[in-house]
Amino acid sequence: MIRVENLSKYYGGTRALGPVSFEIEDGETVGFLGLNGAGKTTALRVLACDLRPSAGSVTIDGVDAVADPHEVRKRIGFQPENPPLYGDMTVTDYLRFAGELRGMRKPELKKRLPEVIDMVDLGDVAHQVISTLSHGYKQRVGVAQAVVHNPKLLILDEPTRGLDPVQIVEMRKLVSNLKKVHTVLISSHILTEISQTCDRLLILGKGAILGAGTEAELSGAKSEIRQVTVAVRTDNTKAVRDALAKIEGVTEIGGPFEQGGGHVFTVSCTTDVRADVSRAVVGGEWDLIKLDYSRSELENTFIRLVGGRDASN
Amino acid sequence: MRATSIIFRRELGAYLRSPIGWVVAAALLLLDGLLFQAFAMERAALSADVLRAFFMWTSITTGIASIVLSVRLVAEERQTGSMVLLNTSPVHDVEIVVGKFLAAFVFLCGMVLLTIYMPLLIKVHGKITYTQIAVGYLGLFLMGATGISVGLFAGCLTRNQLAAYFLGGFFLGIMDALYHLGKVLDPPLRETFSSLDYWWEHFQLGFMSGVLNLKDVVYYGAVTYFFLLLSVKTLEAKRWQ
Repeated sequence: MIRVENLSKYYGGTRALGPVSFEIEDGETVGFLGLNGAGKTTALRVLACDLRPSAGSVTIDGVDAVADPHEVRKRIGFQPENPPLYGDMTVTDYLRFAGELRGMRKPELKKRLPEVIDMVDLGDVAHQVISTLSHGYKQRVGVAQAVVHNPKLLILDEPTRGLDPVQIVEMRKLVSNLKKVHTVLISSHILTEISQTCDRLLILGKGAILGAGTEAELSGAKSEIRQVTVAVRTDNTKAVRDALAKIEGVTEIGGPFEQGGGHVFTVSCTTDVRADVSRAVVGGEWDLIKLDYSRSELENTFIRLVGGRDASN
Repeated sequence: MRATSIIFRRELGAYLRSPIGWVVAAALLLLDGLLFQAFAMERAALSADVLRAFFMWTSITTGIASIVLSVRLVAEERQTGSMVLLNTSPVHDVEIVVGKFLAAFVFLCGMVLLTIYMPLLIKVHGKITYTQIAVGYLGLFLMGATGISVGLFAGCLTRNQLAAYFLGGFFLGIMDALYHLGKVLDPPLRETFSSLDYWWEHFQLGFMSGVLNLKDVVYYGAVTYFFLLLSVKTLEAKRWQ
């Protein structure tokens, strides 16, 4: 279990993170979501004992990461944004080196290395020099070094950064497999990546936690955003707007703007008002061209949380 | 200790796998050979003087090579990001520094030892003892160790390798200028500055002449330890920044 209490990190006089507090249970997959500069990388580097916090405490499995970082590092595998690779080594030699650094003995490594190479699909390049590998393979080697010693906690900072769409899908599959045996922390600013791989989200903005919970919990918050987009063909747009405004639950009407030969209205509401909107359009004898409904999903939640924070600053 | 050995093997392997190790070795041997031919053998002289001239020129190339080999040890890792692997592994900073230092030291000693054919040529044709040769090489090794510790420290200060090379050369240059600075000062500063000098006081007046003084050995050992300690403390401090 990871327990973070009032964690802060300053670079000189600039606050990069905190104070933040959160807990992560064993076996969870947690996504750190935030814009660039939100403090995600700083938080992960502190958890990986690469940086010492300016204030606060981090305990992993009951071990204090500040007082005994050496012990905590044994339980952690960390892949930073840029994989920490030695270009002059072959993949196998590098993974052996990474394993030995984490205290693995030769017989253990002999058994483990083929498993890891197979797990991250590096078989084709196992004896190739790292500097000659493509970016996608380098990312995989980065993940391999993080899991070679079978750590309890796996920390991946932007694992899909710079990958092409095919490689992103492959990396996502890899992370899904890793979830089965490790507690995983992933940071990203790519919403779909986080929503597809994580059990729980921590949304960071300007060094603070803006929201925490499952995607459903975050999306189902009190100020949930629902929106109906309706396109009608008519010359009397004022009448349409008035009719829509009379519907119970409608909070705001955007538009109209012309598109596809009709006028498009965006109706913000607190409940699903599709039926009422369609009845209003039929009642007014306007031609209905389009009717769309969207709930507040992760993207909306993210924008709402981060935008709110930014606005308040 | 185990981590030191693992890092030592990796770094030594890196010198042998990458061009820098071979380029530095080739340049050092070529320069030493040319300098030996051009200056040590330029005129008829006592064999002891020829040996002194050999060690003088070789000590200069060894000092330069020690900086070139050592600066990259940390600066390059911080520049490429590979340092994170060491920082997030259960390895103490002192193990990182000592492992890297030993790798550079062993590689440098191997390179310097390849120049042994020149003193042996002097031995064959003149009257010098094996002890003179051994003391001279001990001096080169100790001087090289100090140069490596200075370069390692410079590499810990900045991730920009060019700046680190400059810093390392600057530190070594300052330490070498202390003897001349001491000469223009009055006692007791004269003795203080002279005794801290890197090359004149402890190499030229001792090892280079085949004289083994304990104070010279202690000097190089202490300065090496000092800069290695500074390197460890700098790496630790970087985690707090």
